Amino acid sequence: MQLHTIWFIIITVFWIGFFVLEGFDFGVGALHMVIGKTETERRVAINTIGPWWDGNEVWLIVAGAALFAAFPGWYATLFSALYLALVLVLLGLFGRGVSFEWRSKRESPRWRMGWSWALTVGSILTPLLLGVGLGDMLHGLPINQNHDYTGNFFNLLTGYGVVTGVTMVVLCLLHGATFLALRTTDELRDRARRIGRRVGPVAIVITLAWVIWTLVVIGGGTIPQPTQIFGLLALIFAWALLYTDRDGWAFAASAFAIAAAIGQIFIALYPNVMISSTNHAFNLTVNNSAAGHYSLVVMTVVALVLMPVVLLYQGWSFHVFRRRVAAPEPPAAEPPATPATHT
Amino acid sequence: MANDLARWQFATTSIYHFIFVPITIGLAFLVAILHTAWYRTENPEYKRMTRFFGTLLLINVAIGVVTGLVQEFEFGMNWSTYSRYVGSVFGAPLAMEGLAAFFLESTFLGLWLFGWGRLPKRVHLATIWAVAIGSVLSALFILVANSWMQHPVGYKLNHAGQPVLNNIWALVVNPTFVWGFAHVLLAALITGALVMLAVSAWYLLRNRYVESFQRTAKIALIVLIPTMVIQLSVGSQLGVVEAHYQPMKIAAAEAQWNSCKPCSFSAFQIGGGSNDQTPTQIIEIPHLLSVLATGTWSGPVTGLNQLQKQYQARYGPGNYIPDVFIQYWSMRVMAYLAALILLLALWGGWLLNRGKLASSKWFLRLSIWAVVTPFLMNTAGWLLTESGRQPWIVQGLQKTVNANSPSVSSTEIWISLIALILAYIVLGAADAVLMLRYSRRGLADADEEAAESSDASGAPVPALTY
Repeated sequence: MQLHTIWFIIITVFWIGFFVLEGFDFGVGALHMVIGKTETERRVAINTIGPWWDGNEVWLIVAGAALFAAFPGWYATLFSALYLALVLVLLGLFGRGVSFEWRSKRESPRWRMGWSWALTVGSILTPLLLGVGLGDMLHGLPINQNHDYTGNFFNLLTGYGVVTGVTMVVLCLLHGATFLALRTTDELRDRARRIGRRVGPVAIVITLAWVIWTLVVIGGGTIPQPTQIFGLLALIFAWALLYTDRDGWAFAASAFAIAAAIGQIFIALYPNVMISSTNHAFNLTVNNSAAGHYSLVVMTVVALVLMPVVLLYQGWSFHVFRRRVAAPEPPAAEPPATPATHT
Repeated sequence: MANDLARWQFATTSIYHFIFVPITIGLAFLVAILHTAWYRTENPEYKRMTRFFGTLLLINVAIGVVTGLVQEFEFGMNWSTYSRYVGSVFGAPLAMEGLAAFFLESTFLGLWLFGWGRLPKRVHLATIWAVAIGSVLSALFILVANSWMQHPVGYKLNHAGQPVLNNIWALVVNPTFVWGFAHVLLAALITGALVMLAVSAWYLLRNRYVESFQRTAKIALIVLIPTMVIQLSVGSQLGVVEAHYQPMKIAAAEAQWNSCKPCSFSAFQIGGGSNDQTPTQIIEIPHLLSVLATGTWSGPVTGLNQLQKQYQARYGPGNYIPDVFIQYWSMRVMAYLAALILLLALWGGWLLNRGKLASSKWFLRLSIWAVVTPFLMNTAGWLLTESGRQPWIVQGLQKTVNANSPSVSSTEIWISLIALILAYIVLGAADAVLMLRYSRRGLADADEEAAESSDASGAPVPALTY
């Protein structure tokens, strides 16, 4: 396999990693005001992702930087084409990122309400717009022979792109609900499962519509691809499992569904990386947008050495804070704290 | 127009970003030192201080992370021609930064923040050091990338005339990087130490928690004095390196229009901007410029006019002289403030030695106000570096004017520039409010939190950190 293809796969893995991990952060952020009726409950919801959201967000940074390093042409065209959309993504990420750290630092209800809204809006806006961008890569954007985007902001809002974005949002909502069910106790857990059960059918219908539209866009006939079938099945499982006590399995199923959705987009793209709706001769491909061979070799070595280490310590961090988060009010109801040990 | 706006946006966002970066790097180290002191001595005093300064660190990390994201996106958003052109070289260190530094920093910050009472003490201590190391690594990789723009090495031009990496090691031993990295790292430690000193001085002046803040004032000074001394020589060596590879930058910083040998240093002058070749010299120090720029007593410095002729012969017609006013004054703001801070630090060291630190009102007052100086010096330093490279975006390879995104209109940049500035004002105001609040709140809060989560004996309360 040539390095271009390997790096296409690595980029795909980064995007999948980002949406699977940050996906539940988005879901929790978007749902924290719905799930938490009281201030303490809201804080519990936010603290379920407390130790991890920052590390999860790094997957986006790395996906972007790896794109720059391995496919500068792709990075340049995509980021300049999505210009205003990315400004909104950045504003959304601002609101989210600082609200985690700052929200609880003042008692004032207005201060907290303000940051809660920033968290909610940022958590919906970001997956929506990133989804639009990913959908547009596959659907095609007006791109000229110099690989420069020739449209404006509104040309980004293609029907398929918008549906992709909405699909990402509902998948994140369901993923957030299964995550909250897994991470909380008692009433919060029940509420998370109830919300998940309500989001489930909506997510299934929207994803099904998106899958059908994807088939139309890629012109692959009427035969659904394995990622689509398994993705939809996982989604149905996630929903069904919310009626049982299997929180962990429900979460795994929603994670799989998101991974399948993102994987689907990239699999359908290859060997193109961005479609030009102006003329298919102007498509960006893995070959015409890649970095030089030597850079790819260096980056492959770096990725092979560092990624296992990163996965190891991120995995350890998930292991350390694996216990459910509960409100501090009824201390007697809690099992004694067992300090996590190094594994 | 779009190009100018894109430059304004990049300058604004990167200067803003770099307000928070050095606090983060510097404080991460100082908090790690405090945490280590607590681990070694088991003195609860150190634990309170660790948590107190840890909170200040976290408030700034939040804003440093989100503004850093803007920087990474902006290369592609605003500078797509540049990104496409240099991606084969420049992209690699950025990706390494993400893989090696950001993951480390963010994951272990989460572990440290939520690990109180949950991780074994030794492991918990290791997490804050991992954060500090991660922050240093991120500075390392971004400076590898930036130094390549100042002095491109380790590449060959392919058939399309694009630079393609052929030696990654050359980027790491690039002299511009070696000295630039040392300079930035020391600047970050100085910034962290001055923030810690200012907060400590504020309390000492009010006679609150004197015992605790005497300790941190002492630690801040112990870090500040040697870093400041080393920084002066590292900074001047960086000047020599830059004079060698980017003579325009240093000639402009000295407003040296015509070649000289030996060269005197203009300590203060009036006029001397881009259209004024005969400034009024107020203070001149003989031989000093020769020493600073070449490291020898009577070394020659080529003037801007002579360099301009050389550059035109080599690169074709055009103006290759950076903004002299910005260069001249950013150099002096940086150097003069550094000298003042060194004096302050030495004064503090002398007081410390005599045991009079807590009682010297004037020293404490000045130390509080000194907190603004690292930010002025850091900004001046980056202006000197980045504005001094103009008109190039990559020295000798690509001009800034040819590097922006053709697909992004002026209107779009106006929208983004205004949106980002407004967002930055809100973030900056909220950051300032929180920093002042937490700085002034004292140790009571840190006490409560510490009591809450250190009670590992059996109290199961999972503290709501956020």
